Amino acid sequence: MGPLIPLHIIPETWNHVIAVLLGMAFGFIMESSGFSSSRKIVGLFYGYDFTVLRVFFTATVVTAIGLYYFSYMGWIDMSFVYIHPTYLTAAIVGGLIMGLGFVSGGYCPGTSLIGAAIGRIDGIVFTTGLMIGIFLFSEAFPVLEGIYEGTGMFDGDFLGYITITEYFNISPHLFIFGFTVVAVAAFYFTNLIRKRVKPVNY
Amino acid sequence: MDNKNDHSKTYFNPYFGGVMLGLILLATFYITGRGLGASGAAKSTVVAAVDRVAPKHAEESTYYSKFISDDLHPMNTWLVFEAIGVLAGAFLSGAIAGRLKIKTEHNPKITRRRRLVFALIGGILFGVGSQIARGCTSGAALSGAAVLSLGGFITMMAIFGSAYGFAYFFRKLWT
Repeated sequence: MGPLIPLHIIPETWNHVIAVLLGMAFGFIMESSGFSSSRKIVGLFYGYDFTVLRVFFTATVVTAIGLYYFSYMGWIDMSFVYIHPTYLTAAIVGGLIMGLGFVSGGYCPGTSLIGAAIGRIDGIVFTTGLMIGIFLFSEAFPVLEGIYEGTGMFDGDFLGYITITEYFNISPHLFIFGFTVVAVAAFYFTNLIRKRVKPVNY
Repeated sequence: MDNKNDHSKTYFNPYFGGVMLGLILLATFYITGRGLGASGAAKSTVVAAVDRVAPKHAEESTYYSKFISDDLHPMNTWLVFEAIGVLAGAFLSGAIAGRLKIKTEHNPKITRRRRLVFALIGGILFGVGSQIARGCTSGAALSGAAVLSLGGFITMMAIFGSAYGFAYFFRKLWT
């Protein structure tokens, strides 16, 4: 029965060893998939390379199906699985700012680390910027506390550790099926788009 | 460039990469009960640095103090160890594929300097955004959406929607 560490099936002392090992697998797969190249990543936004969409959507679908299958088989207790919390305005505003950073910088925090690992100076500079941004946020926290905590004028923003299917009261299995269909359709149509867009050599 | 021994542009099939990444993320949830992340390690680094340089300021700050405790160093977090693994894993993959090289990757139509300035700006924006949304493309969008988190889906759509929306203004940088 999982998750293994929260349920003390694997002792807590192994936690950081496992962190390094899972991180290594994560970094290896991301680099091998081409996520160290900013020009390859950004192809998604200009239609000349949809690798990010294919890897990202496939991974999300595989994990979601896997988790609900594990749960159905009784292999994992989902009440011990951390559900990313929902703060409505923060989720939207934070995402919008990150999207702007994405087309400007060509990386996201994970991929910049991967670029930096193989010697990409743009990856190192992006990671430096990332830390400057976090520092600026932390220093400006008194001003941003409302949106972050869902208080003050953002009162009622915190919806809890809620899933999209709980919120809309639909079956998670049906939702995952629908999401998979959308992903496969996206794979098909983005391929058509890529063939029409002027190729970029990188 | 047409050297047949040059594998540096050969990558995994994206669906194979996606399935492998999905299985690693599934294993992470199965073992630890939580997902993968990237901005978390950068946050710990900033907290540790500020705590080192200006401990009083860090303790008095509402934000830094959330991540400082008496018995654990601010760098002693799961995500910092994970990030060390990410660096090692990516380095290994790059070494095998012959991609290890110190260089700035940029569109030949723009200068190296211009690329780095926009990389810095992009990083700063991602730093601010990831703190507001409590996670970045890894922690909020990928790991969030995989457990069907409402906020994860919203942030995922906001990131990619915004990137598409602003792409036009940055086209000279990339195409």
